[in-house]
Amino acid sequence: MAEGAGRFRHALARPPGKLVMQHTLEQFFRALRAADVRVSPAEAIDATRAVAVTGFTDRALFKDALCATLAKSAEEVERFDAAFEAFFDRDRLEAPPPQAPLNEAEAEQVAESPLAQALLEGDSAALQQSMEAAAQAAGVADIRLTTQRSRLTRRLLEEMGLEEIEAIIARARRLPDGQGEALADRLEAGRARLFDQARSYVQRQHDLYAAASAQELREERLAVKQLNADGGVAPADYALMQQLVRRMARRLATKYARRRRAAQKGHLDVRKTLRRSNAYGGVPFEIAWKVKKVEKPAIVVICDVSKSVAAFAQFLLTFLYSLNEVVERLDAFAFSGRLIPVSDILDANEVEGAILEVLQEIGFQSTDYGQALADFAENHFDRLDRRTTVIILGDGRSNHAEPRLDLMKQIHDRSRAVIWLNPEPESYWGQGDSVMDRYARFCHVAQQCSSLAQLERIIDDVLRSYVPH
Amino acid sequence: MTVSTPAAANSGADPFASVDALIEGLAGVGYIASRRIATALYMAVNLQKPILVEGSAGVGKTELALSTAAMLGQPLIRMQCYEGLDESKALYEWKYGKQLLYTQILKDRMGEALADAPTMDAAMDRLHGMGDLFFSEPFLEPRPLMRALQQDDGCVLLIDEIDKSDEAFEAFLLEVLSAYQVSVPELGVLKAKVPPLVFLTSNSVRDLGDALKRRCLHLHIPLPEAALEEKIVASRVPGIEAKLTRELVAFVQTLRSLDLRKAPSISETVDWARALVLLNADSLDPEVVRDTLNVILKFEQDIAAIEPQVVELIRR
Repeated sequence: MAEGAGRFRHALARPPGKLVMQHTLEQFFRALRAADVRVSPAEAIDATRAVAVTGFTDRALFKDALCATLAKSAEEVERFDAAFEAFFDRDRLEAPPPQAPLNEAEAEQVAESPLAQALLEGDSAALQQSMEAAAQAAGVADIRLTTQRSRLTRRLLEEMGLEEIEAIIARARRLPDGQGEALADRLEAGRARLFDQARSYVQRQHDLYAAASAQELREERLAVKQLNADGGVAPADYALMQQLVRRMARRLATKYARRRRAAQKGHLDVRKTLRRSNAYGGVPFEIAWKVKKVEKPAIVVICDVSKSVAAFAQFLLTFLYSLNEVVERLDAFAFSGRLIPVSDILDANEVEGAILEVLQEIGFQSTDYGQALADFAENHFDRLDRRTTVIILGDGRSNHAEPRLDLMKQIHDRSRAVIWLNPEPESYWGQGDSVMDRYARFCHVAQQCSSLAQLERIIDDVLRSYVPH
Repeated sequence: MTVSTPAAANSGADPFASVDALIEGLAGVGYIASRRIATALYMAVNLQKPILVEGSAGVGKTELALSTAAMLGQPLIRMQCYEGLDESKALYEWKYGKQLLYTQILKDRMGEALADAPTMDAAMDRLHGMGDLFFSEPFLEPRPLMRALQQDDGCVLLIDEIDKSDEAFEAFLLEVLSAYQVSVPELGVLKAKVPPLVFLTSNSVRDLGDALKRRCLHLHIPLPEAALEEKIVASRVPGIEAKLTRELVAFVQTLRSLDLRKAPSISETVDWARALVLLNADSLDPEVVRDTLNVILKFEQDIAAIEPQVVELIRR
């Protein structure tokens, strides 16, 4: 209790100095990191230097200066703006209704407790400062989980000196003839307001620091989520899932774009060097290097879009479409009963809506792998050459129709690699109407693939097989 | 904090005294800067850091560097990036031809000089001494980066479209940008007496490396709001009627909200304004707009899509 009072006085006495500002900035950097704006120590130093130049009296200048030093892309600028507003725009603590001045007896009662005085006088600036100081002591900014909120609110209030208030109220109620009732009522009202304010303060801190880690958690869970028919994606997770797919694709794209360039550094090209040296009387002044030509992969993807695999097909297509930087050519085909090219549909629509349109076009016919392969062989075999990787997505359940393994063999022979992704685990292959075990013979890789994490790994392998190390 | 930029020693007021002074200074050379742009520039000078300018084509990224140079009265050194750009084109190169010519001319003299060397070793030693002759400043061909570092009165260095260069080159830039120095193996480290004010521009063709981003201040220039754009047009196209400016900016702003392959940016607006002034138009009428649509829209499909709607769009 004594400690609480001491801290309160301390917070009141100290003007916000350099150290406080430093601390605030560091908290802000943390909030930024939580909002997915990367802040390195070097950038943090720059930002601090920037603030030293601008000062913090002009809010717009302060914000723009921080923004220039911290946010490093258009998306980061957006997130920065949001985080800045949330962080520096604390609501004023609501001033209590105008109060009658304390009479002498009452003043004596609360002389011990600065918090009680501030509450009664409606000194919101003092309360604000006290709450910030107490929050620091209670470690409110370290909040990680939603469940910590009520405990932290309690601690925050304790640090502010709640116990003193309660003691004063109890004492006032015990006074004879109801002398202290008025004071006790006023303090109780003040305490209730303080409760609300502390709760919303903690909530805001939670939004600033903990919301992002919750999102990370959700993304991790989604990455390994089963994408087959029974484990479909909840509509609420859909947008996040698309985002995740794009991010994964982007990660791979940068990785391989970089490697492709590294691979261009070859060895000395002796012939060219000698030829160029003619211009300099045989002295090899200009040196030529051999340049390795690196091929980009061309990908043909054939997707089963019947109900069991539709969700997964959509993510696969999103994934591949986001890879356009590293993929030379992408031809997409979809089938259930018959097979049609869907690249045009995909180009015209966002991938999200496109699948629906594809489904409308070929309808929910019963899956026929043999017919689909025959359609492909008849109309689109020219898409395959030795640079093409064929990715087939499907469960290999053909409703007892002729599987046309001969066509599968041709596809295998004509292309560079055939990869079959099957959402079912390997132990199911060949059971019931599944002919997956027979198709698997004509695939360079046949794998179970039922989550985004697995998908990323497989596409990674495809790209690696193209790019020399 | 002391700032050693020779800020406009010739003009009276120091444009880097405050952000407002900077906005005014830029306006003086015809660049209407938003507050965020000016703040970023102000910070760049105060922290002595390069500034990375992003934004779609034609929003005035390059123009910002040109205007800053004009405002400061400093030379502008421009380096256009492209795939395959390397050190020898960006930094320095030895004048091979001149070196070769000189060795040929001096061949006889060298023969004489070496003739009286008693042993092979002694001749080698003497040759070593001469070798440095050919790798000295007179044989050095400075390229943009080195020239920028050699400007003793400071300069504005514009590294245009950095996203078009290779990643290797980006890594090479790091030394130049953080320490304002380069190391030439034959000569040692060359350090700038006055660090240049560096602008890098990027169209986001590819993502830049984190290391580079970290060394730079970041400035994203969005397409301007109507009020700002009107000011820009007024400043860039002298003699344009206020009414025409208002109409034309409103029209362009409407175009941007449509689903076009390439929405017109500021430079197109300004070009269009110039064209209209040239045609003596004092307001937007459908006929003139249709005739000059190719100034603001750069794709056949866009023009085809907009042409039938012109009347309706003007009325909006």
